[in-house]
Amino acid sequence: MAKVLVVTSGKGGVGKTTSSAALGAALAQNGQKVVVIDFDVGLRNLDLVMGAERRVVFDLINVVQGDAKLNQALIRDKRLENLSLLPASQTRDKDALTDEGVARVLTELREKFDWIICDSPAGIERGATMAMRHADVAVVVTNPEVSSVRDSDRIIGLLDSKTEKAEKGDRMEKHLLLTRYDPARAERGEMLKVEDVLEILSIPLIGIIPESEEVLRASNVGSPVTLNNPASAPGRAYFDAARRLKGETVELTIPTERRGLFGKLFGRRAA
Amino acid sequence: MNLLSFFNRRTSAPVARERLQILLAHERGIVGGKPDLVAQLREEILAVVRRHITVEQENVHVKMNRDADISTLEIEVEIPVPAGA
Repeated sequence: MAKVLVVTSGKGGVGKTTSSAALGAALAQNGQKVVVIDFDVGLRNLDLVMGAERRVVFDLINVVQGDAKLNQALIRDKRLENLSLLPASQTRDKDALTDEGVARVLTELREKFDWIICDSPAGIERGATMAMRHADVAVVVTNPEVSSVRDSDRIIGLLDSKTEKAEKGDRMEKHLLLTRYDPARAERGEMLKVEDVLEILSIPLIGIIPESEEVLRASNVGSPVTLNNPASAPGRAYFDAARRLKGETVELTIPTERRGLFGKLFGRRAA
Repeated sequence: MNLLSFFNRRTSAPVARERLQILLAHERGIVGGKPDLVAQLREEILAVVRRHITVEQENVHVKMNRDADISTLEIEVEIPVPAGA
């Protein structure tokens, strides 16, 4: 049965779009049929991060308002045939999203895909509440940093009150994805530890993505990090998280960059 | 930074953790529309103690600590010295 997953955080810049692209690609690389939807109307970026910016013709708003068919707006990934993208509109504003319209699009997508990943905009306004409204599962992206943890706490509150599931009295399945984590700094007491964030937010952990140059390198070239460099530390961390989403039990580790002797001696390598 | 301050430097992560815990306990109460567990416990404990002894609100401290293995609830009530004692 299809699952609607919202990737949300409250705070901006913590890695929602990066994570939506990487998790979507990782699930598709594992044979799942996946669509990633950009809900950031007016500030779309998922198309750019996934390298499809020049292929956008119709968008989510066009489909919601009935100006385009779903199949006209869906962009199939050039590298992974079972990965698709539904871009956001760059010119309209978020008020163009109606609850009924979004619900109708999601119902249609449920028939075609195994996973529908909704990339939420930052904030707690209409775009964000629309992205989470019809979700079955939520991934809360958090950085080990006070403002991000506070905003995640707020978002968890909204997931438990303002979603269709919560209103029906069902429990929303929520997972924490800790991004930009630096184990060495956490060990030195300079950064909140995994356990600290887990204790404060008290939702289960789906993965830890280490701080890595590979993330920027992947977005520079418009390729999800799991595709661009599957063996990199963040690549492996996203693959593990995707397997956990599918219900597999994968031991929780923080992947580290594998470097050869040369890399160890001379530090970072050139892009 | 001199050598002394280097050794005396307190790590910042525990400060972040403590600030968040206090702030979120407060905010959850406001946003959720209901007082958090600790605040509620504080009120009820105060009510029970007051049936027998006169205590001021600020003299009741309730602290909750959650750890992986054990969670503790710490209740501290300052009882004033009875008049004439």
